[in-house]
Amino acid sequence: MMGLSHDMVVGIAKSFGLFYLIALSIGICLYAFWPRNRSRFNRAKYSILDDENGPLTGEEPR
Amino acid sequence: MVAKLTFVERQIALLILGIITILGLVMASLGAGDALGVHGFIVLFAGLGLIFAVGGSLYAPEPIEDRSREYYDDPIKIGIVLAMIWAMIGMGVGDWVAWMLAFPDLRFDAAWSSFGRLRPVHTTGIIFGFGGNALIATSMHVMQRTSRARLAGQISPWFVLLGYNLFVILATTGYVMGVTQSKEYAEAEWYADIWLVVVWVVYFVLYIRTLARRNEPHIYVANWYYLAFILVVAMLHIVNNLAVPASFTAAKSYSLFSGVQDAMTQWWYGHNAVAFFLTAGFLGMLYYYLPKRAQRPIYSYRLSILSFWGIVFFYIWVGSHHLHYTALPHWVQTLGVTFSVMLLVPSWASAGNALMTLNGAWHKVRDDATLRFMFVAAVFYGLSTFEGSFMAIRPVNSLSHYTDWTVGHVHAGSMGWVALITFGAIYAAVPLIWRRDDMYSWRLVEWHFWLALAGTVIYIFAMWNSGIVQGLMWRTYNDVGTLQYSFMDTVVAMHPYYIARAIGGLLFLIGAVIGFYNILMTIRAARSEDRLLDHPTDSEACEPAVPVAE
Repeated sequence: MMGLSHDMVVGIAKSFGLFYLIALSIGICLYAFWPRNRSRFNRAKYSILDDENGPLTGEEPR
Repeated sequence: MVAKLTFVERQIALLILGIITILGLVMASLGAGDALGVHGFIVLFAGLGLIFAVGGSLYAPEPIEDRSREYYDDPIKIGIVLAMIWAMIGMGVGDWVAWMLAFPDLRFDAAWSSFGRLRPVHTTGIIFGFGGNALIATSMHVMQRTSRARLAGQISPWFVLLGYNLFVILATTGYVMGVTQSKEYAEAEWYADIWLVVVWVVYFVLYIRTLARRNEPHIYVANWYYLAFILVVAMLHIVNNLAVPASFTAAKSYSLFSGVQDAMTQWWYGHNAVAFFLTAGFLGMLYYYLPKRAQRPIYSYRLSILSFWGIVFFYIWVGSHHLHYTALPHWVQTLGVTFSVMLLVPSWASAGNALMTLNGAWHKVRDDATLRFMFVAAVFYGLSTFEGSFMAIRPVNSLSHYTDWTVGHVHAGSMGWVALITFGAIYAAVPLIWRRDDMYSWRLVEWHFWLALAGTVIYIFAMWNSGIVQGLMWRTYNDVGTLQYSFMDTVVAMHPYYIARAIGGLLFLIGAVIGFYNILMTIRAARSEDRLLDHPTDSEACEPAVPVAE
């Protein structure tokens, strides 16, 4: 880690570190609440309740 | 088990085992006179034993059914049994050292049985042996079911499971011989670490390939948690174990880091081992087995996504709270405190999500000990994450650090949360995988539940008392301004709590033994009975339901 001084690490953590966490949290909220994702999430949360009958083969009625 | 592999797959398995056996032989000859040599023989015999197991059925009939039409559950079955065996080993050694702390004569004066060598056997046996096998087994169950696809490989699941257990054996046998890197939860030496990297990469590739085969549009959130566990543990393990072997013919190595950098790297690893090994993967279990067992979908799927990213991105920064009041820069300590406190939000979101899922189904929690295991686990998850955030605050830490309070906190998490969710998941998975209606005996599940809960409560109350008494005695000054109590005074004060702790641990261990018996009897009953679900029968049943030729 030559050339990467302590002050520089602190500087990066306090500037870039802050904004990337804010950007990340906004991005995740958008993904979680995006209206079009609602049906995918709903399907996923119900699909695990009945999944023991073996892999799907693509021949099942959807 | 070998009957489900084709002739070519059996040959590939023999080839891999042959390479491992030769590696063992090389280790045994080069490391003669050192612990490395003993480990060479362990690898050699493990390889030879499996060669006989596979080679013995090399020319047995090949599977005739269409394997892609059924889930691949054989590695899961072995994984669950191995997890329970490691649970008994880890808890047995743990309770032994607990009694040893109360009655030092139980050390028996041998080098191998000293506290310093047995304690990592306990922690590794529980975290990696019990926890790791349970994670691997349940992840293979969850990835297939949520993807509605078969595991992407015939040999790689076995390589992951058995290779991983070889690592745990090398680690624990090394400790009793005095082999250690002196890094907590990462004590295993360089050659075992390299082997774990190989196994782990295969595990990751297997998981990704199975997900790539999925027949569901969305990857269910439990898989995200398991994947975070696999990916981040790989990263942590590789960085923290960077070391230079003193010699390639001996076990000893020297870490690439030194001083405060070494301490920070170790606790970045150490706390994220808690986060990603002991939390993320087990939250994957919670998000799959709890809704499944309760037959209710998770309360809020969106909340599970938000808490996933919260946990992943907050946890990675908190390790520095293990190094308060040390040479570590003050701002790094403060960063650790801040993220530890913020972590309470996603942690409680997960615990709350689990409890809200059960809201309206409390009669099921009352009647079904399996679901109750998972319910109590969620409660302990909420309690221990609150306690953890609180203990990370610097002034609280000045009282709690280096005392038994820390030990109590860790066990509230490991017994109350990790072990209880695992037992719940195992009791939910065993009947599904062995195609039974239920476990052999629901009464024994009840016994296990109450023994485990009583053991956990006794354990953590004993350690809270002991830790706070110890912490207060250490900081009590007399009128002259010197310390009021000697170190021996604190040891005497802790004695009754140590006995209580050992009793709590014993109850927990007895519960695990009962659980193991119940699982074995369920397997026995399953073997003597026809399969209950309408599945294509396999080659072991000798009557293919869906012949490939048709």
